[in-house]
Amino acid sequence: MTNQKKWVASLSQLLIPLVALGLLLLFNLFRDPGFFSIQVAVNNSGNRVLTGNLISIIDSASELAIIAMGMTLVTAACGGQDISVGAVGAISGAVLVKVLQAFGGITLGTILVALVVACLATICFKLFNGTLVAVFKIQPMIATLILYSCGRSIAYWINGDATPQLSSPVVSAIGMTIPGIPIPTPIFLVLLVGLLLALVFRFTNISLYTQSVGINQGAARLNGINPVVIKLLSFVLLGVCVSVASLIGVCRLGQLNHKTLLVDIEMDAILAVAIGGNNLGGGKFKLSGSILGAYIIQMLTTTLYAMKVSPVNVKAYKAIVIIVIVVAGSPVVKEKLTQLWKRLRGGTAGARKEVG
Amino acid sequence: MKKILVLTLALIMALSCFTALAEGIKVGIINLDPSESGYRQANVKNLTDTFTAENGYDATFVTAPTADKQLEAANGFITDGVQYILVSAAETTGWDEVLEAANEAGIKVFLFDRMIDCDPSLYTAAVVSDMRQEGETAVAWLESLGLEEYNILHIQGQLGSAAQVGRSDPLTEKCEAEENWTIVREGTGGDSWDPNEARKIAEAAINAGESFNIVYAENDGMADGVVQALDAAGITHGVNGDVIIMGFDCNKWALEKLLAGEWNYDGQCSPFQAEVIDGMIKTLEAGGEIEGLNELNQIISVEKGFDATTITQEDIDNYGL
Repeated sequence: MTNQKKWVASLSQLLIPLVALGLLLLFNLFRDPGFFSIQVAVNNSGNRVLTGNLISIIDSASELAIIAMGMTLVTAACGGQDISVGAVGAISGAVLVKVLQAFGGITLGTILVALVVACLATICFKLFNGTLVAVFKIQPMIATLILYSCGRSIAYWINGDATPQLSSPVVSAIGMTIPGIPIPTPIFLVLLVGLLLALVFRFTNISLYTQSVGINQGAARLNGINPVVIKLLSFVLLGVCVSVASLIGVCRLGQLNHKTLLVDIEMDAILAVAIGGNNLGGGKFKLSGSILGAYIIQMLTTTLYAMKVSPVNVKAYKAIVIIVIVVAGSPVVKEKLTQLWKRLRGGTAGARKEVG
Repeated sequence: MKKILVLTLALIMALSCFTALAEGIKVGIINLDPSESGYRQANVKNLTDTFTAENGYDATFVTAPTADKQLEAANGFITDGVQYILVSAAETTGWDEVLEAANEAGIKVFLFDRMIDCDPSLYTAAVVSDMRQEGETAVAWLESLGLEEYNILHIQGQLGSAAQVGRSDPLTEKCEAEENWTIVREGTGGDSWDPNEARKIAEAAINAGESFNIVYAENDGMADGVVQALDAAGITHGVNGDVIIMGFDCNKWALEKLLAGEWNYDGQCSPFQAEVIDGMIKTLEAGGEIEGLNELNQIISVEKGFDATTITQEDIDNYGL
């Protein structure tokens, strides 16, 4: 493929999410231009912070965006989804808090150590999922159902305390804003994780291997790629993503609640992957699509709240819009649209089969 | 032969003595999930510390967050043939049938922490906080501030729970009665009194440009969630801030925020009912009568409300959970 063709192909996958995002932005522009206003304000701790709907959308979607990236990899390699990310996130948070309590004090150093420990613990749990999926060939949804249902209890065992509090300037610097920088820190963490993954893909063949395992395991194996290793690797990377997201979640509130930390995020993450135009059956993937998907979901929520839809009804309205986006991105509709496009452009061209 | 017989008999007697020792008063305790809040955690701990084998009890504990699981547990206790059932109900309604079945089986029922909507004859006694009183105290405190405008962000707890109803009603009634009291936005933290949900509701209200000067959150965790949203949006709060923060439960960390002037008010809700119930059961077992109940068979815990301008470290040590 030439560069131009490559570019067009990648754009066509992102077409639906980009159009959806554009429509949402347009809708808000007509509804209330003030939706986009961003202001600077000073909060209780004397920090200057940026406020406004756009900031709160990008900020609130951080955990989702990070987990969606990991979910994309697992989806691509295994052709299925990990539904235990929220529950394992709670475990990660519990380990994080446990380590911090063991240290006694909270400094940037202890938080980093705690994050590394939490990360290792999360990777262990994810490897458990990965082994069931890659070695025992259990359907990913069934394999991850185990931790989905018992993960939060495990989190509670690790840390008997119901809602341990973490109050420290470092915690609020991670969960909210660093003094002197008005942009919420979670946004930087999303960039950091995205950058790290991009670097990994740039300097290794993991991306290519993941795709080939997802498309055809047998063929990949014949070409010298070990599918088991690639699948496990995708779970390890997801584990890292989950830990970072859980750190954000804990620091945002400055407390750990096993029941509500990252609750229901697995469904939104899978949705983000789907909205991003990725095939949920595995194979080719695009991280940017999933990230876009995450922001679309959050934008939808914020828009509905801005329209004063009550929290109880938000989910129903959200579902309607999401059905439209997912159906618009489905292969059947896509094919019909392409045919229509060709007929409009070249009359007879639409009747001919495309030769790729 | 005789020797063996004597030995066996002695062994049996010794064993029966041992089992008799292990057999305490059979109690089934139904509570909510301890991870719900600091309040619940203190409450569960208080019960497990009181109803021990050393204290003469054979207690079974069930913690369930929803009404159906709780009812299931109650039915299980009735089949098991416990002598007493202690309940803190997730929902105020739907208990009549189970309580009647317990009565028929001769099981005495005690309510703790939360009331149930049923005939008072169905339970022996209720050791509860008067949630409505808590709400009224909070609203009276708010009124005493003498503000010109009361624009309130109201974050409710688990809808339908006694705590939510009791804390919400005085506020909504006041807002209906007074011209200058308005509820700008109302939301709920849901069944788990979720601080994150509270944060989202506050964020939505702020981004929609709704201005409020009072946050009335029905527990500490949710008040904290709102405060996070205020901090993120650069809105000041507390004693010298623009927005008044009100919470309930008196967690230690919440009272510390009061002392630091970041919050304004915290309403107490005592989680310590176990000793009172323990006393009543011991009285009944000794053949006595329970005294001091009101017409609804209740014993009401006495509770306070704390103001940020008057709270002391001593209060935190005494009343913090």
